[in-house]
Amino acid sequence: MDPELKIELSRQGIFTTTLEELYNWGRKNSVWPLTFGLACCAIEMIATTMARYDLARFGAEVFRPSPRQADLMIVAGTVTKKMAPQIVRLYNQMPEPKYVIAMGACAISGGPFKQGYNVLKGIDRYIPVDVHIPGCPPRPEALMDAFITLQKKIDAQHLTGADRPRHLNADEPSEFVVPEYGAHDLVPSKNLKLWNIIYKTTPNGPATAGEDGPGKD
Amino acid sequence: MDLEKIKSEIEAAVPGCSVRIVLNGSPCGQHSLLLSRERAFDVAKFLRDDPELHLDYCSNVTGVDWLDSEVSEKVKVKQVVDGAEQEVEEIRKTRSPGYLEAIYHLYSMEKKHGPLVLRLRTENRTARVSLPSLTPVWRSAEFQEREIFDLYGIIFEGHPDLRRILMWDGFEDHPMRKDYVEPNDYEYEPTAHDVVLEKSMHARAIAGQG
Repeated sequence: MDPELKIELSRQGIFTTTLEELYNWGRKNSVWPLTFGLACCAIEMIATTMARYDLARFGAEVFRPSPRQADLMIVAGTVTKKMAPQIVRLYNQMPEPKYVIAMGACAISGGPFKQGYNVLKGIDRYIPVDVHIPGCPPRPEALMDAFITLQKKIDAQHLTGADRPRHLNADEPSEFVVPEYGAHDLVPSKNLKLWNIIYKTTPNGPATAGEDGPGKD
Repeated sequence: MDLEKIKSEIEAAVPGCSVRIVLNGSPCGQHSLLLSRERAFDVAKFLRDDPELHLDYCSNVTGVDWLDSEVSEKVKVKQVVDGAEQEVEEIRKTRSPGYLEAIYHLYSMEKKHGPLVLRLRTENRTARVSLPSLTPVWRSAEFQEREIFDLYGIIFEGHPDLRRILMWDGFEDHPMRKDYVEPNDYEYEPTAHDVVLEKSMHARAIAGQG
């Protein structure tokens, strides 16, 4: 619908909307996160939900202790190799539509503990991440900014067409491979469908990271 | 705490136990007692139950990995050089085999004293790596001895539940040992430097070929 026509109609006292707008408006204002924290980032996440920062203003006040009732997974903290299979399993148990915020340096890349013997180099090797927040730990404002970014992303999703979200596309997977424990690392060490960055070396120039496969935000 | 006094008390109470005071040269001066493996359990019981010491609280257990070391010292030796006797300096090297060590920090809640530091050492760091578990004496040592077993590989005999605690059960090796070789899973990262840059360049070269 033409936005100018819509404004003009609303001036005349006629409210118009689309099913898509109503659907996304409802979804983006009641994103319920899963109750779990992994390390110090969880403390900032808890602070964000408390009265001073009050995440409830954005419709995320209800932290659900069951993945069956959660829409959003906030990976707040260091993901150890021992913990990673459980996180992927929890993600698989969440019903669609589901979203992931990777909070803090550890969750997005391993952070200061990268290459440690028991630290995963970012949760986006196993599950698709919608918003990455850097910081160690990120301030509550940063988590709120990530949350608003996610709301904008939900709001911009189209219900039909080729760019429709995963939960409306029957061909897209909603479950991902749960890694198993190996001798030193998880097997597989990354989900190649999600993490398939190929480094191209150009002669006499810096390396550029070429990416093909599912796009990342 | 007067370690000399405690040492003589232990030797009187537990016959056949060799106790050595390990001096700490740093400003904290926290000296420790090195116990023999065979009688360490009886010594621990004595330290807990003795009415004067009454060390009823084990606050910390930790491990150390000591590699094989080579100590070289200069010794003056008399030698016959060109018919005349001279003093010549000679470097003597002594190799001491490595061992794994478990360290216990003990306090007394009732007497308000401590810490008393105990050290236990294994015979070597490869095949004979067992020590007596002190968990039956201080229950708080249970998880920390499991952690040492997990990360250093010391086998605590008499521990009620000796399993890995931080790493998963199928994990090989003990990652806190000094000769632990981490798997080379480096990837190229543009901000790396030093060793990480070297390893990541290698990873990039492999990725470039493939």
